Amino acid sequence: MSLKTAAKFARRELRGGIKGFRIFLACLTLGVAAIAGVGSVKSAIQAGLSDQGAVLLGGDAEAQFTYRFATEEERAWLESQSTALSEVTDFRSMVVVGEGDTAERGLTQVKSVDNAYPLLGDMVLSPDIPLSQALDGTDALPGAVMAPLLADRLGIAPGDTFKLADKQFHLSAVIETEPDDTGGGFSLGPRTMVRTTDLLGTGLLEPGTLFETEYRMLLPEGTDLDVIKAEAEDRYRDTGIRWRDSRNGAPGAARFVDRMGAFLVLVGLSGLAVGGIGVSAAVRAYLSRKTSVIATLRTLGASRATIFQTYFLQIGALSLVGIVLGLILGALIPVVFAPLITASLPVPAMFGIHPAPLFEAAIYGVLAALLFTLWPLARTDEVRAATLFRDAMAGASLLPAPRYIVATGILLAILVGTAILFSGDALITLWTAGGLLGALIILALAATLIRYVARKSVKAMRGRPAWRWAMGSIGGPREEAASVVLSLGLGLTVLAAIGQIDGNLRSAINRDLPDVAPSYFFVDIQKDQMDDYLAILNADSAVSRIESAPMLRGVVTEINGIPATEVAGDHWVIRGDRGVTYANELPDNTDIVAGEWWPVYYTGDPQVSFAAEEAAEIGLELGDKITVNILGRDITATITSFREVDFSNAGMGFVMTLNANALQAAPHTFISTVYADPAEEARVLREVASAFPNITAISVRDAIDRVSVLLDGVAGAVRWGAAATLFTGFLVLIGAAAAGEQARTYEAAILKTLGASRKRILLSFTLRSALLGAAAGAVAIVAGILGGWAVSTFLMDTSFAVVWPSAFGIVLGGLLTTLLAGLFFAWRPLAARPAQVLRARE
Amino acid sequence: MPDTVLTLKDVTLSLRSNAGLVEILHGISLDVTKGETLGLIGPSGSGKSSLLMIMGGLERATSGTVSALGRDLTAMDEDALAQFRRDHMGVVFQSFHLIPTMTALENVATPLELAGVDDAFDRAAEELKAVGLASRADHYPSQMSGGEQQRVALARASAPRPEILLADEPTGNLDGTNGEAIMDLLFGLRDRHGATLVMVTHSRELADKCDRVIRLTDGAIDQAALQAAE
Repeated sequence: MSLKTAAKFARRELRGGIKGFRIFLACLTLGVAAIAGVGSVKSAIQAGLSDQGAVLLGGDAEAQFTYRFATEEERAWLESQSTALSEVTDFRSMVVVGEGDTAERGLTQVKSVDNAYPLLGDMVLSPDIPLSQALDGTDALPGAVMAPLLADRLGIAPGDTFKLADKQFHLSAVIETEPDDTGGGFSLGPRTMVRTTDLLGTGLLEPGTLFETEYRMLLPEGTDLDVIKAEAEDRYRDTGIRWRDSRNGAPGAARFVDRMGAFLVLVGLSGLAVGGIGVSAAVRAYLSRKTSVIATLRTLGASRATIFQTYFLQIGALSLVGIVLGLILGALIPVVFAPLITASLPVPAMFGIHPAPLFEAAIYGVLAALLFTLWPLARTDEVRAATLFRDAMAGASLLPAPRYIVATGILLAILVGTAILFSGDALITLWTAGGLLGALIILALAATLIRYVARKSVKAMRGRPAWRWAMGSIGGPREEAASVVLSLGLGLTVLAAIGQIDGNLRSAINRDLPDVAPSYFFVDIQKDQMDDYLAILNADSAVSRIESAPMLRGVVTEINGIPATEVAGDHWVIRGDRGVTYANELPDNTDIVAGEWWPVYYTGDPQVSFAAEEAAEIGLELGDKITVNILGRDITATITSFREVDFSNAGMGFVMTLNANALQAAPHTFISTVYADPAEEARVLREVASAFPNITAISVRDAIDRVSVLLDGVAGAVRWGAAATLFTGFLVLIGAAAAGEQARTYEAAILKTLGASRKRILLSFTLRSALLGAAAGAVAIVAGILGGWAVSTFLMDTSFAVVWPSAFGIVLGGLLTTLLAGLFFAWRPLAARPAQVLRARE
Repeated sequence: MPDTVLTLKDVTLSLRSNAGLVEILHGISLDVTKGETLGLIGPSGSGKSSLLMIMGGLERATSGTVSALGRDLTAMDEDALAQFRRDHMGVVFQSFHLIPTMTALENVATPLELAGVDDAFDRAAEELKAVGLASRADHYPSQMSGGEQQRVALARASAPRPEILLADEPTGNLDGTNGEAIMDLLFGLRDRHGATLVMVTHSRELADKCDRVIRLTDGAIDQAALQAAE
């Protein structure tokens, strides 16, 4: 009965329109739209990747091997299953232009192809010639095509020649479009493409050198991808085959988009939290205006439940309007801007209305609306009939009844649980939620402290009226100060935290890493080249340190006899192939944290020493058995020790080290890190490359540059997300300023009556805005630095130092923003005639 | 001949409303002499509050001249008017109009601070004591009853010792007992400090306490009533 009555009351009250709810609607709409928009773009990319999966993969399905070509039997089976088959190899190498000391060298990712490539999509070259013609080359030299970036870097153009290993190639064209380019994920070297047959005799595709072969297939119409995948894996389980099909044509890109999308949604949630403060303030202001109505209804016999339901239904209806508006905006904006977004994406996207992200955004919207309106609504309980002619809300207690606190806790848990479910990453979600909650608590305490200090300093400001009025206003009974500090503070905190994390990550990569990282990684060093290689470098006074180790690549297939993916899920160690090394003795500077290293020249069953941190993440224990497929052969080794492996200094780090006897007979090459005087790095590279043309050098400095560029893109996207959060904060600020305009107009009218000049009143208004903005900015710095420190220290394992320019930028931003909003909304109060204002209050 | 503190000549006031231009006052001419208590009475909407606002420079006359203490208020800008009120006038409203973000003491001290008085807060405390509210000095308006708020407003208006006190239905929002107390305080303050008092009221009884009463009807001085009184 009560609900029906409440619905009737609610309907009548809503006749008054949505005046006073504009900021409420804007906050909710913007928050929901941001989440729906990010989700829609993510879904569009996922749909694009799925739709173009076959083109991105280069076929309907692909079988991949490490270090080797398919055997005749394997190839025959692949051919029997497909209507067309293309063989592609992929490896890193060095492109050399010129001779001797003046030679230019560049790292490249070589793709060697057969005549069937590409099975799907088109290779677009400049000049516009067919790929086959380009790879034919000239009468004297085989042909090649190259990414324009690499050609530019080496200063060559179509018609010039270059060397791969010690073989000369004719550059026929540069690559405009490579249809299956995004499938390989992040690579350190731009592309060079040649025919596989032209690499024969170069030593680049010898057993033991690092290369991958991919057999792309077009499958007959109606082939069941699951069935053929199961058959391939069943048939070649022990050969190290890795099977992919068009349903996940670009797994690296898909994973990146998934992670990035989830992270941006979490940033969007912080925007919703900021908006929530605006929502909460709007509901509080509305209910404050409704005090007399509530008291009257009480007088007439309405129960607390009826009153609560009446306003719950009203706020609920308005929330639904905000959420629906947000969903419409979030769904339509990506569609409207589809051409722009598509142009800036390296992957295909299919824009349209995607229901899943809208559903996700709607759930977040509903939960946020409930969470942020419950406490203000709970205050209706405190309005009694006797308070009809009093400022009822002024004396209300700080906390609502226990049932509302419990309900808030439950809602919060549901919200965090939902976010974990949708993001798929509990750790990041919990950090985000914890960070937001922590920031809100810090800001709420700060707001209380600021008001207390303002109240206490009123006495000290006696004789300086503008200051005293400003302090009185901040510390007085109105709640504008809390709303501004919370909303703007939270927006600035998110921006500050991201600024600190970004700044520290950049300095770790750009400033700290080059100090501890080696100059070069040299890979593909043949066993018989090692002595000469070490002799050259040891004799070089510019080289301070050389580390080298044998390296093989292997895929972890099983853990204790169970498929590795069933035990370790999507852990990076079991994703793709990993470097594996062997050793007889415990290498220098190696810390065993559990178990024991095998005896020197141990010849028993294979044993493996596993990286301690990764083992803990996967849940491995001493005595567990790991099966690694190396060169098509399964090697099962028992874990006998765990080692500390530091991947943060970009030095040599192997997750798995086996006893020498288990691997040394297999064909393999060596990897080496060289630490050299930065001024001499180029010369060292030249000498090693001249002596050993087959060896590939990877410059750590170049790799860091590539990572920095990648980081720029990620940081840019995150900053946009944070800017949306800040914009919501600004909206709330505008809302608070607009809500306070009437009060300021009234105050200005009284002050004018008492003899205050407009200049003095403006000074007071400016002061209170500036003080609140500076306070919000200062608290945001503290909270942001705390958040940045926590993420840098505990999540990213990097050292932390406060990035002051970013921090001060935040305070300045906060101050200017509130000042602008304050000044904008000071105009009308200053211009209003006192008599009219005061008469309206009579 | 007594000094004139307020002179109004042919004052008219028109205000724009949703229904169009409304003429509130028509050709009001009036002198108020120093130390006099003048009561303005009349039915609702007759323009008495508007007239009071014009006397205080809170409203601008559409035409005519208003001078106070020999200064032409119609020639002053907003800030000059504010400064004039600060130095010479105190205003009491029906709805008290205390600043909600200030305590009682701070409200009373504000005009003194604006006038640059060094011991503004000591004097404000004295004023509060004089109206019986010493114990409520640190309370905000929302924590006080209507009667208490009006007493604070009275203390605020009289604290700078203005030559002119303007009161717009000061008891209009109060019950009988509180109303009487406020009137006693208001007249007491006026007697103590010798200010000129112009008061708008609905109450004939209050008006009778004034030296002179003017009745307004439809925005003009009711000449018949004036003559009858004379």
